[in-house]
Amino acid sequence: MTTPDGIQSGRIQKAPENFLDRDGIRTVLTESKAGRRSFIRSAFAAAAASAAAPMALAQGNPVPSEGGDPNILNLPEHATGLGQGVASNGGYGVPSKFESNVQRRQSPGLTQTTQASVSFAPLQSLFGIVTPSGLHFERHHQGWWDIDPSKHRFMINGMVKTPKVFTMDEIMRLPSVSRFHFIECGANTAVEWGNVAVPTVQYTHGMISCSEFTGVPLITLLEIAGADLKNGKFILAEGGDGSSMTRTIPMSLITSGEVLVAYGQNGEMLRPENGYPLRLVVPGVQGVSWVKYLRRIEVGDMPYAAKDEAVHYMDLMPDGQHRQYTNIQECKSVVTTPSGGQVLLDKGFYNITGLAWSGRGKIQKVDVSVDGGRNWRQARLETPVLSKALTRFNIDWVWDGKPAIIQSRATDETGFVQPTYKHLRAARGTRSIYHNNAIQSWLVQENGEVKNVQVS
Amino acid sequence: MSKFRKVILTTALLVAGGWAAAQSTAYPGVGRLATTKEVAAWDIDVRPDFKGLPAGSGSVEKGQDVWEAKCAHCHGVFGESNEVFSPLIGGTTADDIKSGNVANLKRADFPGRTTLMKVATVSTLWDYINRAMPWTAPKSLKPDEVYAVTAYLLSLANVVPDDFVLSDKNIADVQKRMPNRNGMTTKHAMWPGKEFNGASKADTANVACMKDCIPEAKVASMLPDYARNAHGNLADQNRLVGQQHGANTATPENKAAMAGAVAISSTVAKPAAKAVDPALALLAKNTCTACHAQDRKVVGPSFNDIAKKYPGKADYLAGKIKSGGSGVWGPIPMPTQGASDMDIKTIANWLAAGAAK
Repeated sequence: MTTPDGIQSGRIQKAPENFLDRDGIRTVLTESKAGRRSFIRSAFAAAAASAAAPMALAQGNPVPSEGGDPNILNLPEHATGLGQGVASNGGYGVPSKFESNVQRRQSPGLTQTTQASVSFAPLQSLFGIVTPSGLHFERHHQGWWDIDPSKHRFMINGMVKTPKVFTMDEIMRLPSVSRFHFIECGANTAVEWGNVAVPTVQYTHGMISCSEFTGVPLITLLEIAGADLKNGKFILAEGGDGSSMTRTIPMSLITSGEVLVAYGQNGEMLRPENGYPLRLVVPGVQGVSWVKYLRRIEVGDMPYAAKDEAVHYMDLMPDGQHRQYTNIQECKSVVTTPSGGQVLLDKGFYNITGLAWSGRGKIQKVDVSVDGGRNWRQARLETPVLSKALTRFNIDWVWDGKPAIIQSRATDETGFVQPTYKHLRAARGTRSIYHNNAIQSWLVQENGEVKNVQVS
Repeated sequence: MSKFRKVILTTALLVAGGWAAAQSTAYPGVGRLATTKEVAAWDIDVRPDFKGLPAGSGSVEKGQDVWEAKCAHCHGVFGESNEVFSPLIGGTTADDIKSGNVANLKRADFPGRTTLMKVATVSTLWDYINRAMPWTAPKSLKPDEVYAVTAYLLSLANVVPDDFVLSDKNIADVQKRMPNRNGMTTKHAMWPGKEFNGASKADTANVACMKDCIPEAKVASMLPDYARNAHGNLADQNRLVGQQHGANTATPENKAAMAGAVAISSTVAKPAAKAVDPALALLAKNTCTACHAQDRKVVGPSFNDIAKKYPGKADYLAGKIKSGGSGVWGPIPMPTQGASDMDIKTIANWLAAGAAK
């Protein structure tokens, strides 16, 4: 475990000494009499096997033999000394050093370059619905840049009365809106179409993030240019980086006012990895359409068949046809804790929590099963519940120490219910790569370890 | 396309279609006219109807020169390389060129999908090569070089002959020979508009059943033990505190846990019940899995691909594993392997028998 110096807090205990102290043994014996044998066997074995073994942590918070917790009895330095001053860290705060495990990560072997690659957000460690900007998943097609905003230009041309050029100063003068939306890569969960391939929710579902985006509705800018909204049925969005990525978007989505030309993310400017200083926000649509380093919008009367809609981001069906222009991210959810690669520390109460979202609107309800989909209970939705944004759900669960398979199943406001793998494979086979929104299963084993599984 | 043509077209549309939106005057002082020069500098997209395609031409022969100098080190001399990016060429046939549907896309056992197997529109190739290639120097190719490189790629897939010269004049004819030109459908419900007259209903229809919905759930798939630490130690990928901690995957799952797994089998299928081929353990022991994966290319080819290519050829494979080599799957060499002859034989037999997991 990457433990910064001097951490002895929470349930991280030095084992085996601490584990096998007199009180610990007494606890175990008491529990043994209470019939918790299977748990105890693994607890002892874990203590014997390794100092860092997870079940060594399973004692919870017993009273030490000296009659009190040294973390209480011996006042720590932070209670007895002088702390640090304001505006340290160079004027921009950073997470606690104890949070260094919470990082976006690459999936080993997924890509051969880091510039045409992806890093996954650590969903297992996040709360609420907002993704901290520094943990937002990344997908670059030709590397990222930190572009001087004073030199960035935004152009509108094509079927417009007047082709226009805007500076960032001008875009930021216009009336702005701030909205929470999820962005999910069309290839999120792609590696799991055929079978289980990766261990944790970070790698199965981590190509999703949710932010409050601030910007100008694209329709405002199109109106300034005098766009032909009747015959210009499509727009092409184009990036200003090396890949100059292009994507087709229907004008009907833009006239609804939903599509934003955004510069803000969670109260500050976009991060460079997320398109600083300007990106498109296309709510409900897969991330590849949210063109970063946005430099140009062209209004046209037919779709563009850009590389990322004619070679990639198409869904292969069993009959050999590709579904092209598959853009909507359909209703989906996932339990983020407990989730794969984690260890439950003890039997007893747990708050099962996770995220749900739909590219077609709001989440109506989320059901949770702990028996692999046989029986379900409705979870509590945290507020706010917003259209095309992540929604956080919670449900109480008392773990009896027996194997359990945890699933979540979301229903959106259109009445669409998140499918099982069986449904998806019946409709699309296993080779379509994109848009895997199947119900996720996590197996909680008797030893407390949680595994990524698929059920039949 | 040239600015001149675009102006003509825009004017024509203006006259023909009328203007739905009046130009907004609500925001005076914001935005200015983009000059002809500015639009020409950035408006580089080429549509499937070739709107935006600049005049020019390039031969297969010239394309090969450009390719070998600027493209081959990533994509391979014949566009076949799987080393840095997915292969561009391969998997298409003369029949596909006739039908416009790539037959291999129907085959679940066909390894990989090349760009030429998938792409329906030749404009896509031209546009993307022009805007984003070469990888480290995008937009550096002149239009004639883009024509030439496109021609070379198409010749490798036998879409055009080796002496072909591709130009803005004949590219529409080439489109009629694209192997997967009829391979796209928009009959689905995942386009956020009505422009394609796609399906109105989603293609899955689960119901929110609440009680006794299915018989007992069985585990059908989970990671094998040897992959336990393949993504690094998961204990280091979870917060230090919380209702769960990360599992320490740097050590094998403890044996007491396996006692638990026996109990699990009463409610779920036991993954260990399947006979596990001893070769799987040897792959990890001999660090084969550092470069090879079961079902995808890492540095070297996947075990599945090797098995497909050399069914029953255990002796050949044993020799290859022992001596190493390069050139069969790409230029990255596999070094001589120090595994014991017995291990090599076991692995080779497993590969030759289909590499079953």
